[in-house]
Amino acid sequence: MNVEDVDLRALVPQVLSVLIRRGADFATAEDAVQEALARAVPAWEREPPSDPKGWLITVAWRAFLDVARSEAARRDREARFDTEPPTGSVPGADDTLHLYFLCAHPDLTPSSAVALTLRAVGGLTTRQIAQAYLVPESTMAQRISRAKRTVAASGIDRLGDVRTVMRVLYLIFNEGYLGDIDLAAEAIRLTRQLASALDDPEVHGLLALLLLHHARRASRTGSDGRIVPLADQDRTLWDADLIAEGIAVLQAALARDRLGEYQAQAAIAALHADAQRVEDTDWVQIVEWYDELLRFADTPIVRLNRAVAIGEADGARAGLAALAEVDEHVPRRSAVAAHLHEKDGDLERAARLYADAARDAPNLAERDHQLRQAARLNQLLRLEP
Amino acid sequence: MAKYLLLKHYRGSPEAVNNVPMDRWTPAEVDAHVQFMNDFASRLEQSGELVDAQALSPDGMWVRSDVDGRPPVTDGPFAETKDLVAGWMVIDVDTPERAIELAAELSAVPGAGGEPIHEWLEVRPFLTAPPTVTE
Repeated sequence: MNVEDVDLRALVPQVLSVLIRRGADFATAEDAVQEALARAVPAWEREPPSDPKGWLITVAWRAFLDVARSEAARRDREARFDTEPPTGSVPGADDTLHLYFLCAHPDLTPSSAVALTLRAVGGLTTRQIAQAYLVPESTMAQRISRAKRTVAASGIDRLGDVRTVMRVLYLIFNEGYLGDIDLAAEAIRLTRQLASALDDPEVHGLLALLLLHHARRASRTGSDGRIVPLADQDRTLWDADLIAEGIAVLQAALARDRLGEYQAQAAIAALHADAQRVEDTDWVQIVEWYDELLRFADTPIVRLNRAVAIGEADGARAGLAALAEVDEHVPRRSAVAAHLHEKDGDLERAARLYADAARDAPNLAERDHQLRQAARLNQLLRLEP
Repeated sequence: MAKYLLLKHYRGSPEAVNNVPMDRWTPAEVDAHVQFMNDFASRLEQSGELVDAQALSPDGMWVRSDVDGRPPVTDGPFAETKDLVAGWMVIDVDTPERAIELAAELSAVPGAGGEPIHEWLEVRPFLTAPPTVTE
């Protein structure tokens, strides 16, 4: 299946909902929908159906019946299902919504919830999900079938809450993209779909946040894969349409006056996106939004980023004072300390901290970036007597 | 074809010829180093000889199970004197000579002054599955 064929994949949760509504169990129905998708590709190339959704429902239902009948035969019982499917009503937005919540089941681990969401709601194949997460296909297949068993065992009526659904989508977005699978774009598609079905300002805040981050993607890495920090990004590469959409979605959400974590994060992203040049950035307002964010999510990472913003709004010393309050062990603390000390003119200390940041970096691109920073300052220090 | 593990060490290997810490290089030298590593991996991918390449964080610890259901025993972070693996590359090549040739190329990655580092890499053949025909 073509991964880009999102029109086809958008039908997945609807088709799955129909099967469940007709009495199919979640796990078998989910397999049946995947099989129908696999069959759709060669069949539709020969002859595109006039009603793609109807086609998928028919084929998936037959696939489900095959399994259900052989199961029933194995157990030496009558088949429970008639060949002719009962005429169920057309599934609405609520059915798709139900699937999101099912895949964010409280008994699932985050990695299982992510995998199940990508398959059952996103319509990705196990192989594609495995590629995206750099694990063997058999490992991912096991993770998904265990997840389905977990959901089945504790009952499909026990659902995750909207916070968990949003966290799952956020995790998917943050995976970015490796190879053919653009998980960031997929997370946006799924969040869009969720936002259209669920009238919750925080879901719209999440959508705005993802759009605003995605808009800057092209500028975030250089041609050789290196990290380009926000201050150095070529802002002409930012996607103005996505920024406009993100800001519009955010403003509509904020107007509802039910502020939350994702809306506050999106507001910060919007203020960055709004600055034509880095020196136009409204750091004072960004600090205010970090203070709001602290009310909902008082985490060391938020406090770390707030220290950066204070360093820009009120000067390096103020930033360092805010940093002193931040937990010593939070990731990237040395990188922030290095930046603030450099801004404060203490290049030797900054160079040492950049070297520390390189040692502690969570990925190679970041390690190389921090090494370049250390190398740059050490070169300056060698030139100055 | 036979698989070999090329191991790079943060410490514990014999000292490299051009042994200057990376933060003491110029930014351009860092760039040249990163470029060489990327090019090397993509060349091996194209020749069909690359299996996997991964880098490891210097953080870590020793772990062993304890008796009587007590929680696992941990020892770490690693002492400064211990051998410490930095990363690996797994290659699948026709001959041992090819494995040595590739390890030597990798060891010549440019460092300070744009000169090759000449670092020591550990080359370890994989134990293979038994052959189908044994007599």
